[in-house]
Amino acid sequence: MSDLFEFACRMGDNALVLGHRVSEWCGIAPVLEEDIALANISLDLIGQTQLWLGLAAEIEGGDRDADALAFHRDVWDFRNLLLVEQPNRDFGHTMMRQFLFDAWHFEMLTALKSSDHEQISAIAEKSLKEVTYHLERSCDTVIALGDGTEESHNRMQAALDRLWPYVGEMFLTDDHDHVDTSALRPAFDARVLDVLTEATLQKPDSDFTHKGGKTGARHTEALGHMLATMQSLPRAYPDAKW
Amino acid sequence: MVVDRPSIAQVWEWLEDVPDPEIPVISLVDLGIIRDVQWQGETLEISVTPTYSGCPATSIINLDIETAMAGHGVENLSLKRQLSPAWTTDWLSEKGRAKLEAYGIAPPQTAGGPQHCPRCQSQNVNRISQFGSTPCKAQWRCTDCLEPFDYFKCI
Repeated sequence: MSDLFEFACRMGDNALVLGHRVSEWCGIAPVLEEDIALANISLDLIGQTQLWLGLAAEIEGGDRDADALAFHRDVWDFRNLLLVEQPNRDFGHTMMRQFLFDAWHFEMLTALKSSDHEQISAIAEKSLKEVTYHLERSCDTVIALGDGTEESHNRMQAALDRLWPYVGEMFLTDDHDHVDTSALRPAFDARVLDVLTEATLQKPDSDFTHKGGKTGARHTEALGHMLATMQSLPRAYPDAKW
Repeated sequence: MVVDRPSIAQVWEWLEDVPDPEIPVISLVDLGIIRDVQWQGETLEISVTPTYSGCPATSIINLDIETAMAGHGVENLSLKRQLSPAWTTDWLSEKGRAKLEAYGIAPPQTAGGPQHCPRCQSQNVNRISQFGSTPCKAQWRCTDCLEPFDYFKCI
């Protein structure tokens, strides 16, 4: 398996799995404006998935296209970060997960934009515009809810405590990575600390890290359940066409 | 029979008549997503850039271009997706911006919000949501005429 194929799957799977997770709110979000916002973010991420998995399929050079990679791979072939497969739980968890991912995604795409690989840099340039907008919103929401009512503050702190052990994996790096992801950590830490401080939230002390998502070694149980829903239709009707 | 190839300028004129499927008052050319038109031998090559990577209108736009060109007798058409440079609202034409405003959608401003309410021109407006009915819009409201309106996001 080539490094670039593996890397394009990592980027594509992050966007696909988070895009699907966020879409689970469609029709049931707390208020209409949030419902629309979440659906729009999901749409951007699914669009980015098509670009990354389309690139992966092109690199592979076989019969598979982006749809085949999305719908006909099994859980152990997914290369997304553990963070993005975590269940939505409440709106606070959803927005904290989004914030932590957006803050990483922003730094990652900024680094990839200067890649000398023409397609990678073009996809990063396109995605970065969308992700800048996502990050602006997730920062605002984390601050508003963290520094909101006692109830919203407590829920955001609980979300941060639960999700923090998944942050470290975003900065573990290996030969498949097109850029050194560990180098993104200082900028990420600086932004996250600023936002959490303004949100009156306490960054957990422990830097313990769950890992195994981006290598595919060990996903959490949540991913399999999600894929069972997401992939059921194309698997039941593999020859169906729009 | 030899048929003369339509000129590049002629093709641009035809494209001026293809409306955006979501906001039909502006054309694909006004929207700034047609990046290049050229003949490659006998094949007409049109480069199109997506507004947002997941915009569902993208495939409809391609279909509309194909239909329009076929209607003008173009037999060999190739549509190229061009990602870079990424689409920016700076590419909206002045004509397109005026049409948006007349349609009730506030055109994008570098300041990050609408200049005024597209209905009553009041400058007393506030944001309801960073997102709206399509990926390219946000929801705002006017605190004078009390009407909600769409704002074309500036990216």
